[in-house]
Amino acid sequence: MGSAIQNRILIGLEIHTQLTSLKTKLFCSCSSDYRGKDPNMLVCPVCFGIPGALPVLNKKAVEFAVMAAIALNCKISKRMFFFRKNYYYPDMPKNFQISQYDRAGGVPLAVDGFLHIDVKRKRKKIRISRVHLEEDPGRLVHLGPIDQSPYTLVDYNRAGIALLEVVTDPDLNSPKEARIFLQKLRSILEHLEIFDGGLEGAMRCDANISIAGGTRVEVKNISSFKEVERALSFEIMRQKDLVEKGLAVERETRHWDETRRITLTLRTKEEEHDYRYFPELDLVPIVITNDFIEGVKDQMPELPEARIQRFITTYNIPQYNAEVLVSDKALADFFERCVKLYNKPKEIGNWMMSDLLRYLYENNLELPESKITPEHLVEMIRLIDDGVISGKIGKKVLPEIILTGRLPMQIIEEEGLVKVTSRETLEKIVDRVFAENPKAVEDALTDEKTVHFLVGQLMKETKGKADPQLANQIIRERLEIIKAKGRP
Amino acid sequence: MKRRHLSKKEVEHIAWLAHIELSKEEKELFIEQFNDILDYFKKIDKVDTEEVQPTYHVLDLMNVYREDKASPSLPIEEALKNAPKKEKKFLKAPRIV
Repeated sequence: MGSAIQNRILIGLEIHTQLTSLKTKLFCSCSSDYRGKDPNMLVCPVCFGIPGALPVLNKKAVEFAVMAAIALNCKISKRMFFFRKNYYYPDMPKNFQISQYDRAGGVPLAVDGFLHIDVKRKRKKIRISRVHLEEDPGRLVHLGPIDQSPYTLVDYNRAGIALLEVVTDPDLNSPKEARIFLQKLRSILEHLEIFDGGLEGAMRCDANISIAGGTRVEVKNISSFKEVERALSFEIMRQKDLVEKGLAVERETRHWDETRRITLTLRTKEEEHDYRYFPELDLVPIVITNDFIEGVKDQMPELPEARIQRFITTYNIPQYNAEVLVSDKALADFFERCVKLYNKPKEIGNWMMSDLLRYLYENNLELPESKITPEHLVEMIRLIDDGVISGKIGKKVLPEIILTGRLPMQIIEEEGLVKVTSRETLEKIVDRVFAENPKAVEDALTDEKTVHFLVGQLMKETKGKADPQLANQIIRERLEIIKAKGRP
Repeated sequence: MKRRHLSKKEVEHIAWLAHIELSKEEKELFIEQFNDILDYFKKIDKVDTEEVQPTYHVLDLMNVYREDKASPSLPIEEALKNAPKKEKKFLKAPRIV
């Protein structure tokens, strides 16, 4: 995509993140541990909005949200309120959602923040217009696609879970930038230890997209940062197609259908003012004092940017490697646990950056979903350093470790992958390689490249198990002998 | 003559938002009633509030918090007692799109 065209794409995101480290819901004491539970087990009169039941705010949720707002460089409100957002939809049993609002006198938790993202090695500022707290709605189960399901099944276990809403300005110019932004946001929230992005549905987003000659379209139901690129690319393609055909892009809300990988019209007639926001009088105003903010700051763990710097200075690894590792907290933690076990940060970093990450990426896995542990990787690197296996065998063994969680030594022994370090054995193989490649031997006397070819042949014969240094040495010795004999 | 604040169309829209079906007679009735209520509230508009800060809460309370400690939820039979339709442990609702 040319940058001229790309610049005309405007994307703003509205991200909903569960504060997964909380033990209870936002306004009641129902457990927030809803995953894998039977439907409607974690509900109470507050969840259902039964008359007389009163919501009470979870203090920890406010601390977590303030922590996030600080990390997102926001201005934190001195006083905030909760509002009711009214709508009839079966995902909220009360027929309203307790949320926050930035109009009609409403004040959200925080406003005017920003995050920097790195796009093609260039720093780009993405403005964050607001951060607030609200309740997650319940889970709707459709039978088949949303527009064809005969009815809807409702599970309210999720209704009332604390959500952090982060809204950006339309500063993103491509689906890729949207993904990078979400990844960065995820890493920050994970470093704050208020969020675990590995949990299904913990981070979801809606996107506003417009292209030149079109109008703003909202896409809802994007379920993860892996999906965001796909959903946005589809929607941009759809809009471009309309514009190219001279048709109007309609201002509407569309639903991302993950299975069919398309966006669908939601035919809703509800507009912003139809939500009839008004103050939630069952909750009192919240005053956020400087002391409160300072208290939260004191508890704040190390943030990604600081960690990247520490990785560079403490472990002496390249900036790029540090950035990639820290972009995913699980990776960065894995790296540090490895270094604690075996003080070779450079090697560990390189193995993670190249082979480990490539394998995970190709198989669409996240590190915690794989079976490899720091102990595994460290043992493997030790075996290489101790000369038991070659680096090449290491590369071969790694996917096996990731997939099965078997110990490196076990795999090596069972599959006979121990490095061939016997001079006698290698000399015999060199004899064979020389006999099979007389032309190459002749060339190798004058051409360094052909020497490498011969070493390569020997590695092939031993299936990568030959000690590369020794192999090199033997081949060079042989070539010297031939030269000395005065052959052409 | 009373000024009409709300039209028939707006009343129909409000009914649509509330998922309520209104008969022709009910619509007329609600147009009247809504407008009466709004007329009544017009009196408030006359008060000069230029210098008055908005009141969000009548109670002189703030920062009422709860600790993040879980307590038992409702038993499932209780939870689903008022549901008009259910399937297994789910509530059953009409198709939404």
